[in-house]
Amino acid sequence: MTENTPGTLLRDIDSINPVMPYLRQERIPHIWCPSCGIGTTVNCFTRALTESGMNLDEIAIVSGIGCTGRVAGYLNLDSFHTTHGRAIPFATGLKLANPRLKVVVYSGDGDLTAIGGNHFVHAARRNMDLMVICVNNFTYGMTGGQVAPTTPLGAKQTTMPFGNYEAPFNLPFLADACGASYVARWTVFHVRQLAKAMLEGLKKRGFVFIEALSPCPTLYQRRNKRGDGVDELKFYKQNSVVKNGADTKELGLTFNGPIAVGKFVDRERPTWLDAMNEHLGKVLGAEYLPWEGGNG
Amino acid sequence: MNLTSPERQGKGTVFVRPEICKGCSFCIDFCPTHCLEFTKDFNAKGYHFPILARPADCSGCDLCGLYCPDFAIYGERWKDIDARQAKGPPAATASAPKPIAAPRVQDPEPADPKGVLTGIHFMDGDHAACEGALAAGCRFAAGYPITPSTEVVERFAARIPMVGGVFIQMEDELASSIAVQGAVWGGQKSLSVTSGPGFSLMMEHIGLAAITETPGVWVDVQRGGPSTGLPTLPGQADMMQAKWGSHGDYEIIAIVPNSPQECFDLMVKAFNLSEIYRCPVMFMMDEVVGHMVERVVIPPASEIKVVPRKWTHKPKDEYRAYATSKDDPVPEMTKAGAGYRIHVTGLTHDERGYPAMNAVAQDKLVRRLIGKIRDNADKIMDVREDGVEGAEIVVVSYGITSRIAMSAVEEARKRGVRVGHLRLVVAWPFPAKRMRELAKTAKVFIMPELNMGQMVLEIERAVAGAARVVSLPHAGGSVHEPETILAAILEVGR
Repeated sequence: MTENTPGTLLRDIDSINPVMPYLRQERIPHIWCPSCGIGTTVNCFTRALTESGMNLDEIAIVSGIGCTGRVAGYLNLDSFHTTHGRAIPFATGLKLANPRLKVVVYSGDGDLTAIGGNHFVHAARRNMDLMVICVNNFTYGMTGGQVAPTTPLGAKQTTMPFGNYEAPFNLPFLADACGASYVARWTVFHVRQLAKAMLEGLKKRGFVFIEALSPCPTLYQRRNKRGDGVDELKFYKQNSVVKNGADTKELGLTFNGPIAVGKFVDRERPTWLDAMNEHLGKVLGAEYLPWEGGNG
Repeated sequence: MNLTSPERQGKGTVFVRPEICKGCSFCIDFCPTHCLEFTKDFNAKGYHFPILARPADCSGCDLCGLYCPDFAIYGERWKDIDARQAKGPPAATASAPKPIAAPRVQDPEPADPKGVLTGIHFMDGDHAACEGALAAGCRFAAGYPITPSTEVVERFAARIPMVGGVFIQMEDELASSIAVQGAVWGGQKSLSVTSGPGFSLMMEHIGLAAITETPGVWVDVQRGGPSTGLPTLPGQADMMQAKWGSHGDYEIIAIVPNSPQECFDLMVKAFNLSEIYRCPVMFMMDEVVGHMVERVVIPPASEIKVVPRKWTHKPKDEYRAYATSKDDPVPEMTKAGAGYRIHVTGLTHDERGYPAMNAVAQDKLVRRLIGKIRDNADKIMDVREDGVEGAEIVVVSYGITSRIAMSAVEEARKRGVRVGHLRLVVAWPFPAKRMRELAKTAKVFIMPELNMGQMVLEIERAVAGAARVVSLPHAGGSVHEPETILAAILEVGR
């Protein structure tokens, strides 16, 4: 799969891009635009998978609809590309049917927090044992750049042609308030930190929420005269402030303001399934058949 | 090449696949040692791609690889390259799929006794439907409270802890109707239950189950509509929605019980059909059947025949998740965690399950989804006939209405009318062929139903003018009076 180019020396060495074993290689190149950050988050995710040492046959990935929703189709894992907004309830059924699986939801901000917002808040409330990766590019990319629940005030979108006047979500605050066990935000500039957060997320039991800010060069950056993807990464670099453990109330994002990044929540709460098994075991005693997935 | 070549510079190097580079310059801008530059060349897509312009500066840190959104570049340290070379080629790491402990053939098996409440009971249709699901091997249910279906999930929630499984009350019907599909791909048999507006909300995922060929049973205890309508009173006005409610072309199977006993028996059948054809099965109860309390006999587990999932036993490299043959239009199934690394999408897909968005793939997939039901309609068909052969009048009914129609038919016969009764147990696919056969002798079909005329359209379409078709509509909220149906029979029989 590898090739050398003028300027490099290693024509015959057996080597492979560490991301490649995780991809359905016959589907590459992907559909994402030049300088879109989604692919970068996929690199981070695959590095986290390597580090975790987990059995890849026991990891399932569930996506909704949208550009980030296509991640499931590129990853060489058991992968499910579901309907718009419903990745979390699908993942909930999958996880409960076979609790041995590590189930990762990988989707975009519009999918997870607009049409899927209700599912998001309830999965966090239940502390469903899911890792949710939200690639937040502040817009609906697949449909052409409409206003999202994350679009900063003032930003122009096709359905906010004179600038957005609708207050956006502060996603870490939302996840925290709903009871998530782990909440972090990084940008695609922070590749090593993002990979580390994903590794922690893979190891964590309970509802994990990782927000990854990413450029949408075609529809957010261009419309808002912010250059292309690399300019946005430079913006992230210059404007990000690491605030581990910060009060999530204070993490709201603005059009040009500072970006608080870091790990904000890391707490222990019983997962939905742990709570069910413990409670029913206590109340029903020997009559109860604890659920571990049966023959499933 | 000679790894100790004097050409080796720096601590590491980079590898580039120019053909998939999109020229974003992430690698160039964020390389900590600034050793990369764009070439002046273009790749086939017209992008400049990076080269290692200053090899002596490359540390092989792979930050370029971590940044590259197109997977087109990565870096490696010489010492790691050397270590790997010294070790030799890596052993194959792909693990063989774990065999699934189930027979390949879908021969029915006796039910798992854990879920079977053998005995003679006095219970309502909602509860009996739940027992049918447990007997059929259903171990996951998701629902949202809505009258008059809630008792199904209430019973499931109370019974499943002792049977082994999960019930979860989801945040809405959209969530319930897809959580059950997640559970199916996790290896379980699953049930979702609703009524009225909840059925409308579930429609999105009926289409998903159809295109992803996810087996499962969706219960609709029909009430009066539209909208909130009559929450506590019966209707049969979701019959067309059951067939056509989700967008696009697809086929489902719909079963209509008319008693609590049938809620049990036919629920087992519903699960079995959904596993055989890998399609959603709609279980179309109504408020009266759901709340009517009658004797329900649950046989011993050994006498209940349950169809297992059509598990694949193919090796990983041979298995294609949506591959079918001429003889068998239903693909073999697997589940997450079995090692096959499947991809399942609601997009139009090819045999591998990969998105294939073009007219050819669409034609192939949609024809198969439709064909696997339509071509087997005769096998799926289930009608219960009473004196229809040679009858001049055939009353066609289903669900609770069939029990009223029966008494009207009996009364009409006493008065000398040659009238038969045909009850739809499977409403979809509609038994059009059987209707056409009957139309050779029957002069009139009469169809009472608790809607303003839905399934009657199917009779009209089937007989195509060969017989007269009389609709006896009822807006719901109560059931037909037997006298109404009798009067219609006598009227046309005159």
